[in-house]
Amino acid sequence: MAQLEIDNLSVEFRTRHGVVRALESVTLSVARGEIVGVVGESGSGKSVTAYTVMGLNDEAAEITSGRITMGGIDLLAARPEALRELRGREMAMIFQSPRTALNPIRKVGKQIEDVLLEHANLPRRNLKKAAIAALARVRIPDPERRAEAYPFELSGGMCQRVMIAMALACTPSVLIADEPTTGLDVTTQAVIMDLIRDMSRSTRMSTLLITHDLGLAGEYCDRIAVMHAGHIVEIAATETLLDHPAHPYTRQLLAATPVPDSRLYSLTSIPGQLPDLRSALPPCRFSGRCERHQPICDERELPWAQLSPAHIVRCRFPL
Amino acid sequence: MAPLLEARSLTKFYPIKRAARGAKLHAVDNVDLMIGAGESVGLVGESGCGKSTIVRLLGRLIDPTAGQILLDGEDITAMSQARFVSTPGRRRIQVVFQDATESLNPSFRAFQSIADPLKRLLGLRKGGEIAKRVRSTAALVGLPQELLQRYPHQLSGGQRARVGIARAIAVEPSLLILDEPTSALDVSVQAVILRLLADLRDRLAMSYLFVSHDLNVVRLLCSRVVVMYLGKIVEIAPAETLFTGPRHPYTQALVAAIPDPARRGEARPRLDGSPTSPIDPDPNACRFYGRCPKSADLCAEAMPPLRAVGPDHFAACHFALSPVGGNP
Repeated sequence: MAQLEIDNLSVEFRTRHGVVRALESVTLSVARGEIVGVVGESGSGKSVTAYTVMGLNDEAAEITSGRITMGGIDLLAARPEALRELRGREMAMIFQSPRTALNPIRKVGKQIEDVLLEHANLPRRNLKKAAIAALARVRIPDPERRAEAYPFELSGGMCQRVMIAMALACTPSVLIADEPTTGLDVTTQAVIMDLIRDMSRSTRMSTLLITHDLGLAGEYCDRIAVMHAGHIVEIAATETLLDHPAHPYTRQLLAATPVPDSRLYSLTSIPGQLPDLRSALPPCRFSGRCERHQPICDERELPWAQLSPAHIVRCRFPL
Repeated sequence: MAPLLEARSLTKFYPIKRAARGAKLHAVDNVDLMIGAGESVGLVGESGCGKSTIVRLLGRLIDPTAGQILLDGEDITAMSQARFVSTPGRRRIQVVFQDATESLNPSFRAFQSIADPLKRLLGLRKGGEIAKRVRSTAALVGLPQELLQRYPHQLSGGQRARVGIARAIAVEPSLLILDEPTSALDVSVQAVILRLLADLRDRLAMSYLFVSHDLNVVRLLCSRVVVMYLGKIVEIAPAETLFTGPRHPYTQALVAAIPDPARRGEARPRLDGSPTSPIDPDPNACRFYGRCPKSADLCAEAMPPLRAVGPDHFAACHFALSPVGGNP
């Protein structure tokens, strides 16, 4: 059994303007030491998936079906106190925009001490040393001095490292990284991603990397899940997904993503827009944008096709 | 290629409040830059390197501390920015800002956003004439006519980007400065906008200064690329040369940092640490000294000048002439 398992998860948001079916039948697992990417455009449900796993969803969110287990523990059935215990110790999350996710009026060293005090079972007098060690582990230069800094005194890349240090302080078994390098410079992005990869490998941590950047997922993930309008449409090993995409959406996403040797006129856009998730939706939510669309796509329930043991696609007419 | 715009020793210093008296932040320090007629120049570098200050200087939105900007050989920095607004030169340089959501007036319909510069900069008064120009510009950027009556919040990201571009090109500028024009867009929309920009450039014979952190995008659209580091230009090269044979160690690190599935798991040189302070930096040391893998004694003693290292290729590094280390 995988360390993190999301099984048939559906989430709805009840809003004044109707029910938004944000996730439908999302199934995904992450093994120990594995990095799994979740890619898709804005509005595809990537972040909702991350937040639901962490139990951090908005009150308007309702989980209408599914199970999420971590190391065999049913997270959706867990009591709030139990979940609170797990978050921080067994599972941690790195948020987008580190500067806003950190407490602006508390020294970063103290913020890491807070996490350790809550979850690590350390004697108080060792906390400071442990916090500095956590900063050193993410290769922050001069960690003793940086521990005394407030977030505004650090660069964006440095803040992101602090957040990673905080997330990894208790060596969690599951890490959810939600666009961890958006807004950072490419040189910093490379350093931060190398760090996440090295930590995943050395502590056998299961990492779910949420990103809109297929190139980034392609370089760092073992497997990639592609999301569109609240559905996972394809899951495959990274090389397979990039070289032999089976879902029309995956292929179009790849064709729209600039890579080092792309040519401007070989880049294609994806026609149409995401469907309104409040309206009545066809079984395949991509059908309105799909070049291979047939009437049957809108009539019958959508099957999963297993193309190889590790390659599944949710399409009636895969490539 | 005839130069359209030339920056000579362009400099912008900002005084620092509460710091030692006279301390200054060197945002842009003695930059020489040329943009040819019809040319697309990319500008890259990490945040804080002075890209945005260059955008605002060349866009004539702020006044330089020193140096000149020549437009078709005419010095447009001889007068203040406030006076420049009322000269015919104003319409010739236009800026497309990052994230149209925040740069469009939320209480203007798309029509008004595009019509406003026509009234202000071209002095158009007749309603019929303005409406005609707005409609033809909207058609040029592929914005459906029925969307002209919408407010920004009623438009999608791609549509807003088109309004931002339409507003800038309505007055037929010679130079369009694009500041991260697609960074707020999904890839599916980005591709259309990039192609639109390439088409417009060819049809309207505009020059582009394209600022972006996405090097793959810069490579698609620009023929020449300028790399900045801490207020200085460190390398200028034709796009393909820059990506395949960068000479400055900073550019080398930048190119090596582009995510590339084809180079999965390969150990690549990484640039760690952060830049030194931009406040009164040592004028006799390379700005990259200390963070640079090459860092030699010479680098702390003399600022390397921008020198020719190949055809159309310039780099500001003592070691740039010898690709693999060696003597300066």
